[in-house]
Amino acid sequence: MNIKIEHLRKNFSDFTAVNDVSFTVSESEFVTLLGPSGSGKSTVLRLIAGLESPDSGIIEVNGEDVTRIPVQERKVGFVFQHYALFRHMSILDNIAFGLKVRGVKRSVREAKAKELLHLVGLSGLDRRMPTQLSGGQRQRVALARALAPEPGLLLLDEPFGALDARLRKELRSWLKKLHERIKLTTLLVTHDQEEALELSDKVLVMNQGRIEQEAAPQAIFDKPATEFVAAFVGETNRVEAIVQDGEVYWGPLRFGSYYVPDGSKVTVHFRPNDVYVASQPGEAHTAGVIRSILFLGATESLEIELDKGHTITAHVPTGVAAQSGFHLGKEVYVSVTRSHIFFSLGSA
Amino acid sequence: MKDKSVIPGFGPTLGFTIFYLSILVVLPLSMLILKTTSLTWPAFWEAVASPRVLAAYRLSFGASLAAASINLVFGLLVAWVLVRYPFPGKGFIDMLIDLPFALPTAVAGIALTTAFSSGPIGRTLESMGINVAFTPLGIIVALTFIGLPFVVRTVQPVLKDLDRDVEEAAICLGANRWQTFINVILPVLLPAAFSGFAMAFARALGEYGSVVFIAGNLPMKTEITPLLIITKLEQYDYAGATAIATVMLFSSFAVLFLINRLSWWAHTQRSSKEAL
Repeated sequence: MNIKIEHLRKNFSDFTAVNDVSFTVSESEFVTLLGPSGSGKSTVLRLIAGLESPDSGIIEVNGEDVTRIPVQERKVGFVFQHYALFRHMSILDNIAFGLKVRGVKRSVREAKAKELLHLVGLSGLDRRMPTQLSGGQRQRVALARALAPEPGLLLLDEPFGALDARLRKELRSWLKKLHERIKLTTLLVTHDQEEALELSDKVLVMNQGRIEQEAAPQAIFDKPATEFVAAFVGETNRVEAIVQDGEVYWGPLRFGSYYVPDGSKVTVHFRPNDVYVASQPGEAHTAGVIRSILFLGATESLEIELDKGHTITAHVPTGVAAQSGFHLGKEVYVSVTRSHIFFSLGSA
Repeated sequence: MKDKSVIPGFGPTLGFTIFYLSILVVLPLSMLILKTTSLTWPAFWEAVASPRVLAAYRLSFGASLAAASINLVFGLLVAWVLVRYPFPGKGFIDMLIDLPFALPTAVAGIALTTAFSSGPIGRTLESMGINVAFTPLGIIVALTFIGLPFVVRTVQPVLKDLDRDVEEAAICLGANRWQTFINVILPVLLPAAFSGFAMAFARALGEYGSVVFIAGNLPMKTEITPLLIITKLEQYDYAGATAIATVMLFSSFAVLFLINRLSWWAHTQRSSKEAL
């Protein structure tokens, strides 16, 4: 199934949840709506499912306008953050529910449900009740249940939001494999950037009801289109810099050319792992002093004071940090290998 | 039991529970049975199985069952409206539900009798050929009135706690409103509705004050069992009164036990699936 969303808008009494959102999802594509809570991403998903109706805009599925047709006829599978399993039904009955309400014969729907239980790796649990399963297992059952009526589109609303970090990671790679196998068009809503970057063919970053950027995961990370995207996806050093002679300066650092009038203020974002740190001057030639070291496991986070009022964060692989003998108070040399400059007229 | 818990411990709490129940429930009820034993078997049989008494049992149980059933259906409906929809005056209506609890039953009886005999409702119904006052129908109306809060108040909190996403999951899976209600919502509400039903039924069986006014109290026709007991007492037939009371006691206990069993059975139907 392919989807085309055009100028979707939804207001809730006093605030605009979705503000002129347009995008497309192609057949078999895995697309993620990424954004902070309240950014309207879940509302977009609910509008597509038909659980909410838009104030304006068009939702097209396979070229057909479905904006006003009821939920039941939309053929979407929806997975909720808190599983939403039917507590009083066995796992098998939960999965078979979508077939039961369509009048599918008991033997047929149970065979199908068992097949799906096998697909999600929970064979043999068919007689259990939802309360007897762990969170991860429940969410897999919820997924199997959503897949049972053979939807053309799978909608996942923060599906791993209620699980612990380790389990999230595990289920994430499991979901990726499952998607590669069944090739079902999927739309995921999450606030977890790792989840979005790892799973998706395409990421839509949302903020305040609008789409800030629509791009492949790599591009979202490497070429953020707006300041919001730069700050939201991945860690970043954010500094306010000044333009002089077409060059962007912030204290002793220079961030290359940017053609706005001299004296303009711009915002510069650069990632801590785009800061090159050396113990000898060379390629890196801006001097600074290490003010704090945080051990993060595979990397160390260094706070480096360049001069008074100009401190940056750099991430250095733990091995490199040990080799270079970085310690508190040591003088080092830095250069920023990649940065993103944003200029807004209002800030001039 | 060895685990330390917040409450003082199993021994003292169970001890207190048994003591409390003995003083308040078991002791008075055993006096009832004791008093009854002063009768010989034939006299006992005469007291509890005369046609007039049998008619009263039938009426009491029948009307109570009818009233509790009406409350089951409309209680669910009222609870639904109060939980699911916002509307002006909701708080006031919510308060009205408890009124039958607070009102002295005699006041309820007089009010209902006035409304259904000489009042506008009564006259309108009469013109349609329906007599409420001084008929079994009147008794059902009174018993429905006093039993109203039970189902509403047991179902309300359960309905409030019911997650919206469970219903949304059902409609996304293709279920229409009716299928969603029957398959997803009702099974969750049923245990609470059942216990509300049982309480409404038990209350109706014992009700006296609100019924005597509207019933008319014609022997064989509109005479409920509690009234019969009072009548016996007024005639100083204490043993006869307690004999009927004993029968009521055991049959009420049996009915409540049955209802409990039923909801327990409904529950284990699910647990037996869990065990597999």
